[in-house]
Amino acid sequence: MTGDAAPDEGAASPVATPPEPPVVRRSGARAASPWRERLSRWDVRYSPYVYISPFFLLFLVVGMFPLVYTAVVSVYDWSLIGGKGEFVGLQNYRDVLENPYFVKSAVNTVSIFVLSSGPQILIALALAGLLDNALRGATLWRMGVLLPFVVAPVAVGIIFGSLFGDRYGLINEALNWVGLPSVSWHTDRLASHLAIATMVNWRWTGYNALILLAAMQAVPRDLYDASAIDGASRFKQFTRITVPSIRPTVIFVVITSTIGGLQIFAEPRMFDSTLAQNGGSDRQFSTMTMLVYDFGWHLRDLGRASATAWLLFLLIIVIALLNYVLSRRFGALAHLTRRRR
Amino acid sequence: MTARSVGRPGFLVYGLLTAFIVGSALPLYWSFLIGSHTKEVITRDTPPMLPGGHFLANAQRVFDSVPFWKALGNSLMVSSVAATSVVFFGTLAGYAFAKLRFRGSTPLLVFVVVTMAVPTQLGVVPLFIVMAKLGWTGSVWAAIVPTIVTAFGVFFMRQYLIDAVPDELIEAARVDGCSQFRTFVTVALPAARPAMAILWLFTFMMTWTDFFWPLIVLPAENPTVQIALNQLQSGYFKDYALVLAGTTLATIPLLVLFVATGRQFVAGIMQGAVKG
Repeated sequence: MTGDAAPDEGAASPVATPPEPPVVRRSGARAASPWRERLSRWDVRYSPYVYISPFFLLFLVVGMFPLVYTAVVSVYDWSLIGGKGEFVGLQNYRDVLENPYFVKSAVNTVSIFVLSSGPQILIALALAGLLDNALRGATLWRMGVLLPFVVAPVAVGIIFGSLFGDRYGLINEALNWVGLPSVSWHTDRLASHLAIATMVNWRWTGYNALILLAAMQAVPRDLYDASAIDGASRFKQFTRITVPSIRPTVIFVVITSTIGGLQIFAEPRMFDSTLAQNGGSDRQFSTMTMLVYDFGWHLRDLGRASATAWLLFLLIIVIALLNYVLSRRFGALAHLTRRRR
Repeated sequence: MTARSVGRPGFLVYGLLTAFIVGSALPLYWSFLIGSHTKEVITRDTPPMLPGGHFLANAQRVFDSVPFWKALGNSLMVSSVAATSVVFFGTLAGYAFAKLRFRGSTPLLVFVVVTMAVPTQLGVVPLFIVMAKLGWTGSVWAAIVPTIVTAFGVFFMRQYLIDAVPDELIEAARVDGCSQFRTFVTVALPAARPAMAILWLFTFMMTWTDFFWPLIVLPAENPTVQIALNQLQSGYFKDYALVLAGTTLATIPLLVLFVATGRQFVAGIMQGAVKG
């Protein structure tokens, strides 16, 4: 394209001897070419770093530094107003762990997560199985199941807070209509967890179904043809071929929903229609992230807020690992039973 | 393409899918339904089936109760700056990881993938301390700063570019004498455009719906849409006609975006998944 073609070629294959410029028109060009060549070699060697460094520099500032510095703040007496105080070691962690709301919030968080993740994966698998057909207007159906995903968690919390209203909610009216008693969705601990888990399921099932669908479409179709000849039913095909084949994606979905699900904040906060908005009068549905907010911006204690954040991080790692091991085990079992048949 | 030898799906498949989608749309309908009636409607024994004629009146009350226009403007600002910035830095770094060979590329990429799993939300305390030191708390810039780069953006663009740009094409551009940067602009960027659009939409939506961080740094007078909704809910907690009218209003912009670009959303989620 331009005159520096030859030096560039030399740089692309460093073993080759530096080629002569193809045509030397003026005497000045000869002097410029080693310089150009060096420039081009630098270009090849260093421009990757030029491309990645803006990201890494910014990421260090807004991503990594805060994460690490949370650990520093957590060992100081650090007030929202007064700033950094004395070094207190692990005192903040002790305070948080001894706080009665800590255990309660941790249990709530895990309980809401368990209630949402299990059904969600199963329904998403079934939904993906339905979408994995030669549907007319496939894109429209896929968009349809993704609809709840565009509703913000805050809006989800408000809408479901009203649907699950203790007195005038639609759900309770429907229950009464079929002759069942009303449920105290906001005051009963387990019921509130169920209501919040329903919000999570509503928003995320379609999204996860699309991820699983993508993996299902990569399963070789001749596997199905072979089993169809063997007389396997559609359901059997699904459980024996489809699900085992997409195991890595299932694990991926489980892990990402663990990381996201354990940080739940907006839904339970908006579900609480009292003015305090901290998870019900008895904190029956307060979560870990709500506790971080509560320590930091209600009680104005950034030290304890940081300690809580680190404890939440630990909880996420433990549960994510547990899920990883469990889903691998589960998958391995499925494989074994499949082989035996 | 996706046809199975079993043949076309029957009524059962379409019926189940329709039921699921109706269930998905129901809560949104409920929001509009209650938002279009007077506030007493919720106390009736049987809820109404059809929308009433009070939506605009309720919407007016939303605008009177919270700075909703300002919230919309702020959300638009925060989300589009975040989306543009994530796409810009993600494409640059993603291209380097996908197509250029350099020392340390593998460990650096592993680092990016690992940090995707780390909830950045946990860094809110130091971020807040820094913002307070800089005196930025209360301004939309404080809401924007932590969103300007994501590890996901880099990873997403890398995964796309690996297949979208053949190595031979880059080689050819180099032989033709293109500098690295010129190769990036003339060869990689055109190929990356669909993925850039998807990443932009995705980041826009994620930032628009974000709540925790804006709640910490933004005051009631200068909210994003989510913060305005939060105010509506905590201030008038019994008036569901008002709150749900506000919720409907707040959902409309994303709904419009979704209807216009749903195909890209679907493609983006499914693309990220196969390789993720």
